[in-house]
Amino acid sequence: MIDFIQMVISGIAVGSSYALMALGMVLIYKASEVPNFVQGEMALLPVFIAYMMIYSYGYSVFIAFFGALFFAMILGCFLEFAVVRRAKNPNILGLIIVTIGLEMILLGLVSWKFGADQRIMPFPISSYSSVMIGDLYISTMDLVTLFVALAIMIVLFLFFRFSKFGVAMKATQQNPTAARLMGIRTNRVKMVTWGISATVGTVSGLLLAPVIMEPYMMWNPMLKGFAGAVVGGMTSLPGAVFGAYIVGVVEHLFGGYVSMDFKAVVAFAVIVIVLCVKPSGLFARHYVKKV
Amino acid sequence: MGALLEIKNIETYYDLIYAIRGVSLSVDEGSITTILGNNGAGKTTILKTVLGLIDNQPDKGTIEFMGRRIDGLDTEKIVRLGISSVPEGREVFEELSVKENLMMGAYTRKDKKGVAQDYERVFSYFPILSQRINQWAGTLSGGEQQMLAIGRALMSRPKLLFLDEPSLGLSPLLVKEIFQIIRKINEEGVTILLVEQNAKKALEVSDTALILETGRFVMKGKSSDLLKDENVKEFYLGVRSQESAKGYQRWKRKKVWR
Repeated sequence: MIDFIQMVISGIAVGSSYALMALGMVLIYKASEVPNFVQGEMALLPVFIAYMMIYSYGYSVFIAFFGALFFAMILGCFLEFAVVRRAKNPNILGLIIVTIGLEMILLGLVSWKFGADQRIMPFPISSYSSVMIGDLYISTMDLVTLFVALAIMIVLFLFFRFSKFGVAMKATQQNPTAARLMGIRTNRVKMVTWGISATVGTVSGLLLAPVIMEPYMMWNPMLKGFAGAVVGGMTSLPGAVFGAYIVGVVEHLFGGYVSMDFKAVVAFAVIVIVLCVKPSGLFARHYVKKV
Repeated sequence: MGALLEIKNIETYYDLIYAIRGVSLSVDEGSITTILGNNGAGKTTILKTVLGLIDNQPDKGTIEFMGRRIDGLDTEKIVRLGISSVPEGREVFEELSVKENLMMGAYTRKDKKGVAQDYERVFSYFPILSQRINQWAGTLSGGEQQMLAIGRALMSRPKLLFLDEPSLGLSPLLVKEIFQIIRKINEEGVTILLVEQNAKKALEVSDTALILETGRFVMKGKSSDLLKDENVKEFYLGVRSQESAKGYQRWKRKKVWR
């Protein structure tokens, strides 16, 4: 039993970083209607920037992290402004290719600048320390990940619920033409959505970096986050979070009880099962967008 | 009173379709102007052209709002100058609450006090909305959605309000109510450009009316005059002349403006 609980908790901790990636993807999917495959690399580059700020320029960890988040914001806005917006009458396939292309460019940039060595991001909390609650060992890093992820989710929730700009973002996603008629600068809204998405993803990246840091580190969380988002219906933020946690937990349980070798593929089995049972995802929106 | 909106000889294409074929129109400040026409005549297209919703259009002609050229500007900029609109088919934000929809209507405004007053004003026009304030707009009935769309448009304190078929799909009783509100809004100083299929109601409420057919205006006049006009009666108000020469043959009138 204790094993089981232990695995569920690890699954939830891993699910937290998936959940942040899934949130980022859903935000962009709702704004630009594209599954954003550059999500991982939008987080990767800022993480390496933080690393560079610490090692090459001697900034403290916290300043470097805030620097990375700020850079992520700019990077997200820039990608939307410079590349995605330029696509004339895009269809979804074209946009997917654009995001995959951007993904490769950023990945290449990071590999070229920083090399493919494995590194470890300095972090105030060691990734080996753990706390004991009852009979359970929980790594401190997992706890931090969990709470940071929760904090981000609460901030996002409050932002979309109460701020005028957050509501304008929702309005733009639901009905861009009507949003323009309200005087909302929809292009700017989209751009900032990309920025926010990159920032959220970077938080996830910064939480993974103390364990291991290399150019491919975001690929797996991104795919799992994508899986979670699809399970949740791709258009719902709570759905994405829930889906990502499901993926994380199922993955750990499978790894523990069935086969460690096939752990990585479980996420996609989850997708297949969910899509068979409920093709629109678990949390699909109530009002289908008119085409 | 001068013209608030001055459209001169605009021509609009949807790709290869020649939709608006040289239309001029001026909307006087403080008036209600109405555009009547059949399906596909181009009524909505005129509004969309003015609002800049059709890319790279108008192809020819100029549009001036308060003496300023607005053709070719972005929709967002045009709207911020003081033109608000109730789009055809309501187009409320379905997954936002009524409150949030109204909040979006006031998106461009900074004065919180004035916005708070305007919430009250909208709720005084449409008391039903205040009961639905936290409900998603998509769950409202058609009539309530129309009210919400009008309320949302008013939240920006527009100088000019476009109403695109406010009576679409509403029961006669609701239509009556909506038109009463339109008159009330106008009396409070908002200039209105109304596009309608319901010719009788529109002519009753408006000052000036124009009739559009396949992208051209074919008639213009005071609404009270148009209400009495034989052609308008026949083709838009649905009064049939059924008397015949010998008691068995029914003659159909020919439109004389063609």
